[in-house]
Amino acid sequence: MENNLLEVDKLQVAFRTDKGEVVSVDEVTFQLKQGETIGIVGESGCGKSVTSLSIMRLLGRTGLIKKGAISFNGRELTQLEEAQMREIRGNEISMIFQEPMTSLNPVFSIGNQMLELIHLHMKMSKSEARAYAIEMLKKVGIPRAEQIIDEYPHKLSGGMRQRVMIAMALSCKPRLLIADEPTTALDVTIQAQILELMKKLRQESQTAIMIISHDLGIIAEMADKVLVMYAGQVVEEADVFTLFDDPKHPYTVGLMESIPHLEHDSQQKLFSIPGTVPHLHAMPKGCRFHQRCQHATEQCVTQKPPLLTIQGSNGHRVRCWLYQEEEQVVSGYGQNEVIA
Amino acid sequence: MRKPPDKQTPLLVVEKLKKYYPIKKGIISRTVGHVKAVDGIDFHIYPGETLALVGESGCGKSTTGRAIVHLEPPTEGRVIFAGQDMAALQGAELRKARTDLQIIFQDPYSSLNPRKRIGDLLAEPLLAHKLVPKSEVSQKVDEILEIVGLTKYHKSRYPHEFSGGQRQRIGIARALILQPKLIVCDEPVSALDVSIQAQVLNLLKDLQKEFQLTYLFIAHGLGAVKYISDRIAIMYLGKIVELAQTQEIFKSPRHPYTQALLHAYPIPNPHLRNRERIVMEGDVPNPANPPKGCRFHTRCPFAKEICREQAPDLTKTAHAVACHFPLV
Repeated sequence: MENNLLEVDKLQVAFRTDKGEVVSVDEVTFQLKQGETIGIVGESGCGKSVTSLSIMRLLGRTGLIKKGAISFNGRELTQLEEAQMREIRGNEISMIFQEPMTSLNPVFSIGNQMLELIHLHMKMSKSEARAYAIEMLKKVGIPRAEQIIDEYPHKLSGGMRQRVMIAMALSCKPRLLIADEPTTALDVTIQAQILELMKKLRQESQTAIMIISHDLGIIAEMADKVLVMYAGQVVEEADVFTLFDDPKHPYTVGLMESIPHLEHDSQQKLFSIPGTVPHLHAMPKGCRFHQRCQHATEQCVTQKPPLLTIQGSNGHRVRCWLYQEEEQVVSGYGQNEVIA
Repeated sequence: MRKPPDKQTPLLVVEKLKKYYPIKKGIISRTVGHVKAVDGIDFHIYPGETLALVGESGCGKSTTGRAIVHLEPPTEGRVIFAGQDMAALQGAELRKARTDLQIIFQDPYSSLNPRKRIGDLLAEPLLAHKLVPKSEVSQKVDEILEIVGLTKYHKSRYPHEFSGGQRQRIGIARALILQPKLIVCDEPVSALDVSIQAQVLNLLKDLQKEFQLTYLFIAHGLGAVKYISDRIAIMYLGKIVELAQTQEIFKSPRHPYTQALLHAYPIPNPHLRNRERIVMEGDVPNPANPPKGCRFHTRCPFAKEICREQAPDLTKTAHAVACHFPLV
């Protein structure tokens, strides 16, 4: 079997706040191979962005990785010094953020910002680096790249800025690209362009991609396997086809039913999940979804469900007591997952 | 199918509406040009109907909404509400019309005053318009909170104590409390999470039935629109390019832009990920300097010579389209 490029094991991330420490991501485990794309889907506050920021170790002063391990290409990221981490960031792992408007520095030209990165990691001469930057801009479909490279970010449209961000992220040929809601701030037609571009570049470079989105449509377009997150935990994990054909967790099912489909004839009521996501300071005991779940039982209220493996599936796992029987049959394996 | 809305007299008629914003330059602020945000659009909405206005950012859909509720005077053209020209109204008549025409804004985080309690926020429109005696205001607020799915215990709370979905409910309550006839919903669910979007859309739909409301529903995507609207108008760079029944738009779009919008929408079904589709190239042109001829020709895969020269008019048919070579 191929080696995993990235292994995240029982990650727990907490933030220090005025009201004490708050655990925002809990027990997140997944693996990613070279060239594979994993999608992380969930609503705001579910911890999907924090998961990606902890891989980059960009949690700021208040955030810390409390437990768990992040192994990237054989190195343990949680143990690295800041200086070592800086060599990995932008070089081996790079990231595209949601806001192309705010993630470029407005007082430096596009070229200036790209060259800084290329210069830092690729050890090229000035003229080589410039030629390379222009080549990268052309690759992401920026017209008149020779002129655009000397422009400032405000001259570019949102779609163009996101292309520049992608060009920057890919210029050091990273092994892993983290795309945190890369198209959320863009119009649908521009979103389609950016997704096409990412697919094309993925094919050429075999980069592993972690794509984070609240939009199941984007996940279905891009991902090979999917993590569904709710209130800081992974509630379901499966390959993309299994997840969409046979979702198990009541939250995943609810999420899928609440999107208005374009291809369906629907004049009836939309399905909606009642209530709202629980607050981080007041996580319910037991299953974190039980207050909004129509199948909730006594057990769900009091006991935390573990991530159970569905019998006979290829790594389809779900954090729900409804699938308990199937768990008992697959003895042994699932037991390791039980972390109370 | 839902029953067709009352077809006799439209509640709202928008005629040749234009809204230009001047571009000023230099120390004496000379006007050097205009951003043509809305450039001559016509449509009407029947009582009880929902018309959706769909387009990408900068197409003028929100400006249209704001012009209709009289937040911005139109540069040209007329907005006729219940038979009255809004521009001709003054004083008491205008205030009356304003209670009938309400708006719900996109961002539930910035559209509520953070220093006011919910009870006061909801009482404010009632007191401003003196619709009910002061003694009954509190009771009215309780009622409206109940209707939008909150409780009267929420009255003493401040906006920051609510989630996005709840805040949008407060926005809806604030519009609804004046018993309006028409509500302009300016992207009411765009800022909300998927599971909350469905809640708010269902609420809007229920309220429409209960209070015979008419909606102008503004959105940038086609997802929510399919579910809530009777007819859809697609806007591009300040003009309506297609207007038809919702089913028609989805089943047989006639304008290449509408088709491109439908193709661009990511489908939550991985089995369809390799489907044939048109990905439109380029960006929306600058509305200060729109292209000559058909405004879409710079991005249109089917553009011909005439499209660069002559702007097509919106046809007067039931399925209206502004294109020299409409799709069949």
